[in-house]
Amino acid sequence: MKVEFELNGKHIDADVEPRTTLADCIRDQLKHTGTHLACEHGVCGACTVLVNGQAVRSCLMLAVQAQGERVVTVEGLSREEALTPLQTAFRKHHALQCGFCTPGFITTAHALLTEEPEADEERIRDVLSGNLCRCTGYVPIIQAVLEARSAYAHKDDHE
Amino acid sequence: MKLPAFDYASPATIEEAVALLATRSGNAKIISGGQSLVPMLAFRLAAPELLVDLKRLQGLNRIVIGEDGVRLGAKVRWCEIEHDERLKGAHPLLVEAIRHVAHYQIRNRGTVGGSLAHADPAAEMPGIAITCDAELTVVGPKGKRIDKAFDFFKGSLTTSLAPNEILTEIKLPPWSADRRWAFLEFALRRGDFALAGVALHYHLVDGKIADTHIGAIGVGDRPLRLHAVEAVLNGKKLDEVAIEDAAKTARESVDPPSDIHAPAEYRRALIGTLLARALRRSAG
Repeated sequence: MKVEFELNGKHIDADVEPRTTLADCIRDQLKHTGTHLACEHGVCGACTVLVNGQAVRSCLMLAVQAQGERVVTVEGLSREEALTPLQTAFRKHHALQCGFCTPGFITTAHALLTEEPEADEERIRDVLSGNLCRCTGYVPIIQAVLEARSAYAHKDDHE
Repeated sequence: MKLPAFDYASPATIEEAVALLATRSGNAKIISGGQSLVPMLAFRLAAPELLVDLKRLQGLNRIVIGEDGVRLGAKVRWCEIEHDERLKGAHPLLVEAIRHVAHYQIRNRGTVGGSLAHADPAAEMPGIAITCDAELTVVGPKGKRIDKAFDFFKGSLTTSLAPNEILTEIKLPPWSADRRWAFLEFALRRGDFALAGVALHYHLVDGKIADTHIGAIGVGDRPLRLHAVEAVLNGKKLDEVAIEDAAKTARESVDPPSDIHAPAEYRRALIGTLLARALRRSAG
């Protein structure tokens, strides 16, 4: 089946089986392997992408359901020239070790802080409870997201 | 964890959708948010020949608050309930219950209709439907029918929906601002399905409890109304004696399942504890 959507700002024209998840389409067909797949049934959060700005699990969405939508993966949140504030904060606080879960945490945190730059620690913990990490024990991730808030508040003022 | 093969259709009208459901002799399924169905497909617990996506259907994503109550279209997503400022006053019990549904990412896609039609006995929305005497609108080949929540849930993952019917709306009766209420559930990790949960609301008339509604999730094969507990509380003052009586009756009136998450006895004890806590919380 034909499906057309926007991926990280670029128009995509793909031919998929109806059963292909958005995650598999992004990774296997479009070769954007930044989106990671672990549980493949909506528990771990590693495959989180943004659909029209909202964080969703790409393993629980069919690629054909992305027809006409705006999809952003972790690749779409990076910058050529330098680390983003979220990446900088993750690096500073050692918010990753093996890195497998990191794309899911980055996309989820980005969606949250874009919508709620004032999110308090309790809110951040609640939102990130949908992502599993087996290395860090979560505390460094919470610290990193807390620190990155200021960059999003600033951005908000200018847009 | 790859899905079984199926065909996919994305009709533009509800009539088309109903007609498509009839084409595979009962082996077609509705998909919208997919947050319950896709895991079922991944585990091969469901293997429909055809998925009919409600994505293009208009008018199923409205939240309407009126004198007849709160009406939620089947495609209303959890995040839309969370962010609707009007609902905080129009149905605080609904908003509090929905805050407990799964995780952030799932709340961005999961829908009211999907949860009701999936009918997990531990899910929050079916629990609210039962607690509040909701009415569900179902569209099929012969037109519309209205089902009371009590008649809609038939068992674990089983509803009154025929294979060619689509749930389009749920209506919760009007809420009044002076109702006392609480929602509590217990899960081992935040966002998991609850081991047990309680929703309740009632009036205080001259200091006495009246018109009590108590619902329980996770302790039966479907969301339950605890009528025996309601009877114990109606006409009483909300004191510790009444609360302990209610908790005891709740423990006695459920027959919860045992599974890998918790034994039946644990769930039985939990429902009493949650009910007592919920009653204390509702007292303010």
